[in-house]
Amino acid sequence: MSKSPMLDELEKGPWPSFVSEIKKAGKISATARDTIGQVEKSYREKVTHWKHGGVVGVRGYGAGVIGRYSDSPEEFPGVAHFHTVRVNQVSGLVYTSECLTEILDIWDKRGSGMTNLHGSTGDMVLLGTSSEQLEPIFTDIAEKGWDLGGSGSDLRTPSCCIGPARCEFAMIDTLEITRNLTNYYQDELHRPAFPYKFKIKTSGCPNDCVASIARSDLSIIGTWKDDIRIDETEISNYAASGNIDILREIVMMCPTQCMDWDGEKLTIDNSNCVRCMHCINKMPKALRVGVETGATILLGAKAPIVEGAMLSSVIVPFMELNASEEEDDDEKFANLKELIEALWEVWDEDGKNKERIGEFMERMGKGEFTIAVNELCDEVDVAPKVDMIAYPRDNPYIFYDEYYEEVEDE
Amino acid sequence: MALGFELNGKFYETDEDGYLIDISKWNEDVANFLAKEEGIEELTPKHWEIISYLRDYYKEYQIAPMIKLLLKAIMKLMDLKKRDANKMLYDLYPAGPAKQACKIAGLPKPTGCV
Repeated sequence: MSKSPMLDELEKGPWPSFVSEIKKAGKISATARDTIGQVEKSYREKVTHWKHGGVVGVRGYGAGVIGRYSDSPEEFPGVAHFHTVRVNQVSGLVYTSECLTEILDIWDKRGSGMTNLHGSTGDMVLLGTSSEQLEPIFTDIAEKGWDLGGSGSDLRTPSCCIGPARCEFAMIDTLEITRNLTNYYQDELHRPAFPYKFKIKTSGCPNDCVASIARSDLSIIGTWKDDIRIDETEISNYAASGNIDILREIVMMCPTQCMDWDGEKLTIDNSNCVRCMHCINKMPKALRVGVETGATILLGAKAPIVEGAMLSSVIVPFMELNASEEEDDDEKFANLKELIEALWEVWDEDGKNKERIGEFMERMGKGEFTIAVNELCDEVDVAPKVDMIAYPRDNPYIFYDEYYEEVEDE
Repeated sequence: MALGFELNGKFYETDEDGYLIDISKWNEDVANFLAKEEGIEELTPKHWEIISYLRDYYKEYQIAPMIKLLLKAIMKLMDLKKRDANKMLYDLYPAGPAKQACKIAGLPKPTGCV
């Protein structure tokens, strides 16, 4: 008679099941076995048995470990403590087997053998260890050159797409940017001091494979300034292949209708291209991104409480992000760092507790906010521009002349 | 058997993270005891400045201050820039403001996605 009949149900069917994985870990780990027991109990009772909160960590850091305790430790001693250790991932998730084995061996020994490789933010998530093991785990991983990730109201571990390691579309070195920012902002990462969390995600092209426009406070998306490169011969090959209907699948799908196809020649009005990547994705042999590359910087995604989920808004349409070999790590991407620190300063000054920068920007008003940030920047220009206006005001009852007089009187 | 510790003949109940269950029972001896438990041998005047700030804030607002407010207080009290204030805070309380300083100061355990 199985101890976990409800969980066993989840193992049926054609798909892999987390239950099988936990049971496998249960061969060497009491924590994994008791996880099965407690989760089964919760399924039966339809109530969780994890307590709320838990403040644990390692010496010197205020972040990186999420505390969790069971409310039934006598019944499930293996999960009395069930803390999560976040380990800073390698940029682009490019690992050797040896280096993954390093972490997993430490986790088999000191944790539960269960991991979530990787969590949504980007860190490796090691699930289920006790308070006594935290310092030893940290020592073990640090000896091998690993470090903890962020948690709480801090800079969370930056993450990125695979970028130039593997992808022809990458227009910025997402891996180096992420590695560089992570190492430069270690204080902000390990010692929470912000109003709330702050996430930076970097994608090499507007396909945005890390969904940075939706999932990060500061989105860095590779882009180009000049024209899409067209190979006329390859266009003809696509047309002749019979596999693609250039008119219907490409030209008519363009969101700004900036393309023209007469059956022989494809023309693009590049000044109206919004970089959706559709045509390039569909005809990669014929169409390529431009050569003057850099990044679009956007701000304010997430923040689901006040306004509902938001996508980030462009604050810098084009920023060069080239790092030269001669520069020190600290000197690289100076323009980006200047912008980041200006954003933090304005947000930190008046941000409420648990207010994401996107919500803060809405509360302050994008105009006021970008003016305040711009004042702190020498290199980067984020002053509000006419192109940023979504729609003209339609409320005739705001008398701006009077408003400004009042402000000056104060 | 409740978690906690005995000090000067009185029993102080704590949760599994070591925070006082009844924060009205806090006194300076408790602070010194908790500090030693945390590996802080002696609470210096700088330690006490932080404890006072935390307790005053909690008394007025019934919640623990945001860390940035604590940092601003330290910057003002000790005339430091933000990075140095953060460093000072972790030098004094190596396990961090939420985990250690608040605990020793007798504030309730902070909540949230820590």
